[in-house]
Amino acid sequence: MIDILMDKFLTIGLEHFLILSGTLFFIGLFAVLAKKNVIAVLMGIEIMFTSVNINLVAFNKYTAAEALLTGHVFAIFVIALAAAEVAVGLALIISIYRQRTSTDVQDFDWLKW
Amino acid sequence: MTMAVMFYIIAFVTLGSALMMVISKNIFHSALLMLISFIGVAAVYILLHADFLAAVQVLVYAGAITVFIVFGIMFTMKGEPRKTNPFSQNAIPAAVLILLFIVINAVTVIKTVWPFSNIAPPETTVKAIADLMLTKYVVGFEVTAVLLLAAMVGAIVIVKGVKKSS
Amino acid sequence: MFDFALNNAWLIPLFPALAFGIITLFTKKMTKLSVSISIGTILLSFVLSVIIGIGVIGQGDTFLEHPYKAVVTWFSMPGFSIEVGTLIDNVSVMMLLVVTFITSLVQIYSLGYMHGDPGLARFYAYVSLFAASMLGLVIAPNLLIMFVFWELVGLCSYLLIGFWFGKISASAAAKKAFITCRAGDFGLLLGIILLQINFGTLDLQQLSVMIPNFTQYTGLTAAGLTAIAIILFLGPMAKSGQFPFHVWLPDAMEGPTPVSALIHAATMVVAGVYLVGRILTLFITLPSALLFVAIIGAFTALFAATIAITQTEMKKILAYSTISQLGYMMLALGAASLTASMFHLMTHAFFKALLFLGAGCVLHAMHNEASIWKYGGLKKYMPVTYWTFLIGCLAIAGIFPFAGFFSKDLILEVTFAASSLSGHAQGPFPVAYTVLFLMAALTAFLTAFYMFRMFFICFHGELRSKEVQPQEAPKVMTVPLIILGIFSIISGWVGWPGLGEGQAFGYFVRLGEFQVMEANWLLIILSTLLALLGIGLAALFYWKKTFSAQAVIERVPFLYKLSYNKYYIDEFYLWIIHHIIDKCGWLLWKFDIYVVDGIVNGFGKMAQWGGTVMRKVQTGQLQHYALIFFMGIVLMFLLLSFTGVHSPAIGLMGGAK
Repeated sequence: MIDILMDKFLTIGLEHFLILSGTLFFIGLFAVLAKKNVIAVLMGIEIMFTSVNINLVAFNKYTAAEALLTGHVFAIFVIALAAAEVAVGLALIISIYRQRTSTDVQDFDWLKW
Repeated sequence: MTMAVMFYIIAFVTLGSALMMVISKNIFHSALLMLISFIGVAAVYILLHADFLAAVQVLVYAGAITVFIVFGIMFTMKGEPRKTNPFSQNAIPAAVLILLFIVINAVTVIKTVWPFSNIAPPETTVKAIADLMLTKYVVGFEVTAVLLLAAMVGAIVIVKGVKKSS
Repeated sequence: MFDFALNNAWLIPLFPALAFGIITLFTKKMTKLSVSISIGTILLSFVLSVIIGIGVIGQGDTFLEHPYKAVVTWFSMPGFSIEVGTLIDNVSVMMLLVVTFITSLVQIYSLGYMHGDPGLARFYAYVSLFAASMLGLVIAPNLLIMFVFWELVGLCSYLLIGFWFGKISASAAAKKAFITCRAGDFGLLLGIILLQINFGTLDLQQLSVMIPNFTQYTGLTAAGLTAIAIILFLGPMAKSGQFPFHVWLPDAMEGPTPVSALIHAATMVVAGVYLVGRILTLFITLPSALLFVAIIGAFTALFAATIAITQTEMKKILAYSTISQLGYMMLALGAASLTASMFHLMTHAFFKALLFLGAGCVLHAMHNEASIWKYGGLKKYMPVTYWTFLIGCLAIAGIFPFAGFFSKDLILEVTFAASSLSGHAQGPFPVAYTVLFLMAALTAFLTAFYMFRMFFICFHGELRSKEVQPQEAPKVMTVPLIILGIFSIISGWVGWPGLGEGQAFGYFVRLGEFQVMEANWLLIILSTLLALLGIGLAALFYWKKTFSAQAVIERVPFLYKLSYNKYYIDEFYLWIIHHIIDKCGWLLWKFDIYVVDGIVNGFGKMAQWGGTVMRKVQTGQLQHYALIFFMGIVLMFLLLSFTGVHSPAIGLMGGAK
C-alpha cells in the first residue's frame, strides 16, 4: 500500500505535470480575482497562459506522441499570442491611467448601474 | 529517482515563486517573482524534453514580457512601492474558491484514466517543430504574424490616441 | 277574435311599452301627442283585456285547470332554462282587467289634475311604462320574468314618486321607496334562487305540481322549505307595505295624486299579494309559513289602522288605510284562501282609487293645502266629489250593499273558518287564527272610524281655511270618479253568498275545489255592527261634536304621541342606519384602504424592493463577475460529480447526453 503510494510519488508521470500546471493556473486565477492593481491582474493572466503551455507539452509527450510535436507548435503559438495580448493590455492600462490616474481595478466600474 | 527529485525542486520553486508573487504587496517584488516563476517553467519544459520551447520561454516570457510588465509598472506607479499591490475585498472568497478548484483539479486528474502512448519523443525538436510549423500549420503561422502586426499597431494607436480631424 | 287576443296576449304589455318608447325618444316636446299616444295605447290594451276576459270567463273554469301558456325559450343551459311569454288563467285575467281599467281612468283623470305641468309628457311616459311593467308582471309565466317586471314596477314607482324631482322631500321619498323595496327584493331573489336550485325550475305551473310533493323532488325538509318560503316572502312584504317594510308607503304620497291612486292603492302594491297568490301552493304546503303570512298581514292591518286614526293629512290617512287593507289581503292568503284575497284586491282597487282620486280633487280645489284641519264643509262646494267619496268610504267601511262589505266579510269568514271558533278548522294553529280573527275584527272597527273621521272633518261643518275658495273639479276629473263609484258598488255583487257555479267570483278565482259560500249571519251582523259603531263614533266626535277628541287625547297623551309619530319606526330605522350600517361601512372602508389596497400596493412595493435589491448585483466590478463565473463552474462540477449525468439537476442546466 505504502509502496504503491511511494511509487506514485517517485515515478514522475503525466499526473504530476498536470497537477503542477493546474495549480499554477489557479494561482494565476487568484491573482486575477483578488488583486487591486491592474498590473497584478495582468501578471496573473500571464501565469495562466504559461500553465496552459505546460499542459500542452505534457500531453504531447505522454498521450499524443504520434502527433509528433504538435503540442510544441501549439505552445509556441500561445506564447506569441500572450506577447501580443500583453502589449495591447498594457497599452490599454496606460491609456486608462492617463485619463483616471488610477490603477485600482475597483475604480474601473463603468458597467455599473 | 533523480528525475523525481529534480521535478519536486523545480515544482517547488515555480509554485512557490508564483504564490509569493500573488501574495506580495509590493508590485516590483511581484514582477521579479514572476520572472523566477517563468524560469522555473522553462526548467519544467526541459524536464519534458522540450528544449526549444524552454529557450523560447526564457527569451519571450522572461525576457520580453517581464520587461514589458516592468515598463508598465514604471508608467503607472503611484505612491509608496511597498503598498502598491494590495488585496481587493473579495480576496477571501477567491482564496476559498481557488483552494476548492485545486482540490477538484487534483482529484479529477488522479481519477482519470489517461490513454498513454509509448512512442519516444524525437531527438531534434527544432527540426520537428519547423517541419510541422511550415507545412502542416503554416496558415496558423502566417496568421500569428498578422496578429502580431495588428497588436503592435493597435497598441500604438491606443496609447497615442486618435487625433480629431479638424 | 278571442283566439287572436289569447295568442297575442303579449301585446297587452307591449302597447304601453311602445308608448313609453315613443314618448321618451320622439315626442317629449309635443305634449298633446304624447298624451294621446299614452291614453290610446292603454285603451287598446284595455280592449284586448276585455276580449280575453270575456272569452276566458265564458269558458268557466277550464282555464283554471289548464291555463293558456305561450312561451319562447329565452335562454337555456343544462339544468336551467328561462322562458318568456304569457300565462293566461282566471286570476291573471282578473288582474289584467283591473289594471288596464284603472290605468285608463287615472290617465284620463291626470289630464285635468296635471294640467299645465311642464313635465306632462314625461309623466305619461312613466305611467305607460308602469302599465306595461304591471301588465307584464301579471301575465308572467315564471318567477324570473315576474321578478324582472317586479323590479321594473319598482323603478316606475321611484320615477313617479320623485316626479317633481326639484322637491327634495319628493326625491328623498322616492329613494326611500326604492331602497326599502330593494331590501325586500333581496329576500325575494334569494328565495327564487333557492327555489331554482332545489326544484330546477321556476315555471309557475311546474312548481305548483312539484311543491306539494317536495320531498320526492328535493332533499329539503319542511323546515328548510319553510325558511325558503319566508325568505321569499320578504319581497312581497316590502312591495305590499307589510310591517316592518311599510315605511315607504306614507312617504310615497309626495308623488302626484294620480300616481298615488294608480300605484300605491290599486295596482303596484298589490303585486306582492299577487305574487304570494301565484305561489300559494308553496305556502299551503307549509302551515308555518302560511301562519307567518297571516300574522304579518293581521298585524300590519291593525298596526296601520292605529296610526291612521291620528293623522292629519288626507293622503297619509289613505296611505295607512292602504297598508291596512293590504294587511287584510295577506291575512286572507294566510288563511289559505286565494278567493278572498283576490276578491278584496279587486274591490279595494276600485274604491281606493276612487278615494285617492277624490282626495286629488280636494287637493286640487284647496290649492295643495294638505292638512285636513284646513278643510271642512266641502259638501256644498264639490257635490260630485262629496257623493263619490261617500260611496268610497262606505265601501271601505264594509256597509251593505257596497263592494267592501262582501270582500271584507269574506276575509273575516275565511279567517273565522281557520280559527278555533268555527269548530272545524283544518290547519294546525287554530288558536292563532282566533287571535288573528279578533285583530281583523278590531281593525274593521278602526277602519270605519278613521275613514269617517276624515270624511266628516273634510266634508262637513264649516270651511276652516280663509284663503281658499274651493270649486268643483272639471269634468275630466269627475267622470272617472263617477265610473269608479259605480264599480265600487257593483263589483262586490259577484261575491254574493249563495251564488253557484258559473256565477260566483269564488268559482272563477280559486285554488282547489269550489265551495259555494253560504251566508254566515253571525259574521255579517258582527261586521256590520262594527262598521256602524265606527261610523257612529266618528260622527259623534267629529260631526255632532258630542264628545271632544281633544279631551280623549289629553287623557292618553302617550298613546296619542305614539300613534301620531307612527310609533317612531322611521326614527328607529334612521338610528340603525346611522349607528350600525354607517359604522359597518366605515369599517369596510378602512379594510378596503389598508388591507385590499395594501395587498395590491404591496405587490408593487415588492417589485420595487426586488428591483432595488437586484440592482446592486450590477457592481461594474469585473472581478466580481469573474468570481461569480468561476463559482458557477465549481457548482456545475460538483453537481455533475455527485449526481451523475442523467439527473434532474443536470436537466436544469440544459441536460447532458
